[in-house]
Amino acid sequence: MDLGSFLVQLLNAVQYGLLLFLIASGLTLVFGIMGVINLAHGSFYMIGAYLAWSLAGKIGSFWFALPVGVLLTVALGMLIEWLLIARLYARDHLYQVLLTYGLILAFEELRGMIWGNDVHGIPVPAPFTGSIPLTETLAYPVYRLWISAVVLALAVAMYLLIQRTRLGMMIRAGASNREMVQSLGINIRMLYRFVFAFGVALAAFAGMISAPVSSVFPGMGGQVLIVSFVVVVIGGIGSVKGALVAAILIGLVDTFGKVTTLELGGLRVLPDLAGMAMYLLMAGVLLWRPEGIFGKRL
Amino acid sequence: MTSLIEARGIHTYYGASHILHGVDLALAPGETLGLMGRNGMGKSTLLKSILGLVRPRSGTVRVKGADMTRSAPHRIALAGVAYVPEGRGIFPNLSVHENLVMAARAGARGQRDWTLERVLAAFPRLRERIGHGGGQLSGGEQQMLTIGRALLTNPDVLILDEATEGLAPLVSREIWRIVREIKASGIATIIVDKNFRAVTAIADRAMILVKGSVVFEGPSERLRGDPSIRERYLGV
Ligand SMILES: Nc1ncnc2c1ncn2[C@@H]1O[C@H](COP(=O)(O)OP(=O)(O)OP(=O)(O)O)[C@@H](O)[C@H]1O
Ligand SMILES: [Mg+2]
Repeated sequence: MDLGSFLVQLLNAVQYGLLLFLIASGLTLVFGIMGVINLAHGSFYMIGAYLAWSLAGKIGSFWFALPVGVLLTVALGMLIEWLLIARLYARDHLYQVLLTYGLILAFEELRGMIWGNDVHGIPVPAPFTGSIPLTETLAYPVYRLWISAVVLALAVAMYLLIQRTRLGMMIRAGASNREMVQSLGINIRMLYRFVFAFGVALAAFAGMISAPVSSVFPGMGGQVLIVSFVVVVIGGIGSVKGALVAAILIGLVDTFGKVTTLELGGLRVLPDLAGMAMYLLMAGVLLWRPEGIFGKRL
Repeated sequence: MTSLIEARGIHTYYGASHILHGVDLALAPGETLGLMGRNGMGKSTLLKSILGLVRPRSGTVRVKGADMTRSAPHRIALAGVAYVPEGRGIFPNLSVHENLVMAARAGARGQRDWTLERVLAAFPRLRERIGHGGGQLSGGEQQMLTIGRALLTNPDVLILDEATEGLAPLVSREIWRIVREIKASGIATIIVDKNFRAVTAIADRAMILVKGSVVFEGPSERLRGDPSIRERYLGV
């Protein structure tokens, strides 16, 4: 691999990792703060992608579809928390798993009814249609750079929100003692509804911005859900910082696994088994630190 | 003048066990009420029933005249009732500074008597520990933090449940000094504590609970001057 294609793969790996982080951060936040296991998280990613496709088609502008889609998914998240999730806080995790698994099925069915089962694509929006030349023969799409920049900006904003604002303090305090937070005059139910909706919107937004670079198709939620859980487990449950590190690691392992050739004892290990790389990474991390890289010791 | 807090005929249950048997409690503005009773007599349950943390099965809780029996705990807090729970209740994953400012606000009447500066002046120990994690503090410091945090919500009523439990005598004395300062600042308080002398010295009025019923209610002096009540109900 020459330097030029190495650079392209590195950028791809980082961009994929950042997108994974965006999806997984919502999952880890909702689990870490609210103690809710949300199997339907991948469905929100899919809903985001379909919304971007359908709204961009109807409105005629991807850039206008984004804020509309975010508002819609925040509302959807609030509705689901209020209608369903809020009833399960006092119960065992098993109920959440069952409920959110049911949600996956319901969302798939609804998606089929509303949008059909076809595979769609949306064009890369202007002004990011071009590519930046890296060498004489290699170029990198500007839109992918834009994705990375947006996710990095969101990661910084999320960090500041959680670590530096009073809202973030209240949210963190709620993770350790809900009753006390209420007795200080804070409406914890509303606060948690907001956190859940925020997690939903993060996944959906990831689906929206990735729609122009990957196709929009029925099974896209399930794939993403599994990888997101691997990210959360490697990074440490509840740790946003851990999710960032884990997602980038998976991006690197996955991307370079697919473009590297490796033979061991006459067997072609890479790229044939590249799909297993992230699970091996997870197994390795868990052997080293069972609580994940930035997780709290159990 | 209307009572700040007026609870009437409170019956509270935990599942099938009947804990409070028709308790009445009233607190006037600026008043200090000492609530006493042996272990398990229902003191904490009474406080939680007032705070909306446990729902009484019957009876009413009024805060400044408004019926708040079924109100969410945060509504009761916003009406001006602050709570320092048994076993503290600091947020160990937040720093001392964050614990203090996270819920700071003007009071129900818009008053901003307690500022971060005033709380730090009242608790110099907290100023030294301001950047530490809440979980790194000693028991006494955690208690100061919980009281300081409650004061920063600028309440009209402060409810203290066993604020000196398990503290060394010197630290306890420090807490009582603060409670006197709070009283002097005009905040009404309900104090639950095992230290009979300290409670009756500071409280205007005292109440004793036995098995969820009020067996004594009157001026603290009467309790101080009558050792028989004390021996019968408190065993001290
Ligand atoms: N969550 C609960 N579930 C069931 N029973 C409880 C619960 N909390 C308290 N109790 C019981 O209710 C009774 C009153 O408890 P409460 O905590 O109000 O007493 P207390 O007067 O505050 O005692 P202490 O001095 O030990 O704090 C006790 O018999 C206790 O065992
Ligand atoms: Mg108690």
